[in-house]
Amino acid sequence: MSAYNFAYLDEQTKRMIRRAILKGLAVPGYQVPFASREMPMPYGWGTGGVQVSAATLTPEDRLKVIDQGADDTTNAVSIRKFFENTAGVETTEDTSQATIIQTRHRIPEAKLTEDQILVYQVPIPEPLRFLEPRETETRKMHSLEEYGLMHVKLYEDISQHGAISTSYAYPVRVSGRYVMDPSPIPKFDNPKLEMDAIQLFGAGREQRIYAVPPHTKVVSLDFEDYPFEATKADHCCDLCGAEDSYLDEVIMDDAGNRMFVCSDTDYCRSRREAGHIGPMGAEDAA
Amino acid sequence: MKKDEAMIELSDVSKSFTLHNQGGAVLPVMEGAALKVAPGECVALTGASGAGKSTLMRVIYGNYLAASGRVLVGGLDVAQAEPRQILALRRETLGYVSQFLRVVPRVPTLDVVAEPLLALGRDRAASLDKAGALLRRLNIPERLWGLSPTTFSGGEQQRVNIARGFAYDYPALLLDEPTASLDVQNRETVLALIEEAKARGAAIIGIFHDTGARNQVCDREIDVSGFTPGQAA
Amino acid sequence: MTPLLQVKGIKKHYGMRIGCADVSFDLYPGEVMGIVGESGSGKSTLLNCLAGHLPPDAGQVIFDTRVDGPADTVTMSEPERRMLGRTDWAFVHQHARDGLRMSVSAGGNIGERLMAVGDRHYGQIRDRAIDWLGRVEIDESRVDDRPTAFSGGMQQRLQIARNLVTGPRLVFMDEPTGGLDVSVQARLLDLLRGLVREMGLSAIIVTHDLAVVRLLADRLMVMKDGHVVEGGLTDQVLDDPQHAYTQLLVSSVLQV
Repeated sequence: MSAYNFAYLDEQTKRMIRRAILKGLAVPGYQVPFASREMPMPYGWGTGGVQVSAATLTPEDRLKVIDQGADDTTNAVSIRKFFENTAGVETTEDTSQATIIQTRHRIPEAKLTEDQILVYQVPIPEPLRFLEPRETETRKMHSLEEYGLMHVKLYEDISQHGAISTSYAYPVRVSGRYVMDPSPIPKFDNPKLEMDAIQLFGAGREQRIYAVPPHTKVVSLDFEDYPFEATKADHCCDLCGAEDSYLDEVIMDDAGNRMFVCSDTDYCRSRREAGHIGPMGAEDAA
Repeated sequence: MKKDEAMIELSDVSKSFTLHNQGGAVLPVMEGAALKVAPGECVALTGASGAGKSTLMRVIYGNYLAASGRVLVGGLDVAQAEPRQILALRRETLGYVSQFLRVVPRVPTLDVVAEPLLALGRDRAASLDKAGALLRRLNIPERLWGLSPTTFSGGEQQRVNIARGFAYDYPALLLDEPTASLDVQNRETVLALIEEAKARGAAIIGIFHDTGARNQVCDREIDVSGFTPGQAA
Repeated sequence: MTPLLQVKGIKKHYGMRIGCADVSFDLYPGEVMGIVGESGSGKSTLLNCLAGHLPPDAGQVIFDTRVDGPADTVTMSEPERRMLGRTDWAFVHQHARDGLRMSVSAGGNIGERLMAVGDRHYGQIRDRAIDWLGRVEIDESRVDDRPTAFSGGMQQRLQIARNLVTGPRLVFMDEPTGGLDVSVQARLLDLLRGLVREMGLSAIIVTHDLAVVRLLADRLMVMKDGHVVEGGLTDQVLDDPQHAYTQLLVSSVLQV
């Protein structure tokens, strides 16, 4: 694939993106504007994450791409193929083997290390957007740390549902300063945002990059009398029996039968390979 | 304050109206007005209709701006004072019972009467008690207390106005026709209220067309015709 | 006594046109001042300059802050000024929808200022929101309704509650009763009078309605073509106006 520059983007563009990434790492949680490029895929398919990955990849890297935790969905497969074609890098489904993981809507279950980079695809980077439509005003609110509005959103949740019903894209405060949208990950994943790996967030259509450096304090917003809770389905994985992983609910038929399976396919596979079996796992093995 | 010291003292007060929108005509209405009223004294302003009795009263209350001279009430020169000083004077020292009731619509009568006390930060329950007692004395039936006085008859409004003027024991009082349009019984009540105010040491200036009432409560009369410009004083 | 607000030589031009010029006055704690004048007289420009919404071309707006004493709000940093706007100052807009979040419940609207200054206890925030709904005569059962479901008068009362919940010391009001039915206006005026007295508020009220200032304001400033032409005790200015323009203004009011 010599027709393309390494990882599709030209070197100037990658430098521009790297500068935005470095600025993002220097100011954790701050949304850095960048000149997002047209990518050979539609907005909403991960153009922001792809540009960040492209600027971060080196020929020695091993890339993993997941979509909702799965390596084998259309979006994940397409992006993995894209970089196989344009960068010629090795790819893997094994979380521990990957050096760069691009993700949509999940953080892998396995603990990430200081040698890894997690790249998030972000649809709407501005956590204040739903309450304050003016970009000029939200920028000012960030710069002046006027975050009362974030709690108004949580207040509305409790007053309408009796509990904080926000279950994904749950807002966090990074390093005691910026309030950040962690992208639409389930709030179950929020505690994992304090990790050893570098986390980079790319929003292509909105032209924003932000970052959380390793070992950074990330606090989920809440009320004293309604503390944050990382919730998941009250079940274990029907395939591997895991009690601690985030589960997808799968409808089996039109008679109401369903099963719960790990959303992180690599985690589930590795557990089953290690001999763990869930309530419906035997059938699967048979 | 010593007995012979004046509570209200005017010296060389003049007043004119400039009608800018009628060719700038200047109407001088008062000149060289001077008077003194001591605590416990009630003085009647007399003179023909249009002689300037109400104008003088309004100048003392700060409602009209004196063109020159001094208008001392409780030691404050109303002609020169800042709005907030005049407001404090009106809250704490100088009461005024006008002929017209001017209130916020929909406020219950009991609150209207208690307002001078509430404005001074007095206890609400005690203020309402005092207001109720005055309304009862002035024969405003209790079933009306919860209604706004804007819906009342002229005589009832006048009595509400008087109750309001006597709710707080002002050291100085201005009364503009307090007994007009009252029946015999209520007239007696108002005169009793004035006597009581005098007895506690209030300095009072009043306008009374009712000669009987004037003779009963007033110690002196001042003919304001003497302050009319162009007339020999 | 230190004035709560000292305004010195405020001037604002829009290109060649004068917005307002040479405006100076002191406002003391507990005082309510009305600013009247016809449309285009500069009263709204002045109010926006005082409230920090518009930068004046010249002049000082010195506010007696709780912590540091008198400070010029024109030259103070924006974060400090915005902090004042959330705590010691309140701004009541003519149109309630300019001052409310229409997609947020009544309780959330009232609670916003509390959360903005750091309150993080849902139960307490909600209790205070309900208490304030009561004080502005809105039934407690409406706490989770959005303002879109409220009448104009209720929206305006909700806006007032939202502004007063943090116990501000100075309230700016821009035609607070404009656009409301006469009967609703009366109720709102009575409510405002009560709150001003109870809380010892100082207020600056811009209006063209002389009846409103007579009932609410202790003192009055009359503006014409960007200048203050007359000021003084409200009833004195209305009953014995000295300036030609004020006389015209007062005589133009229909008597009912």
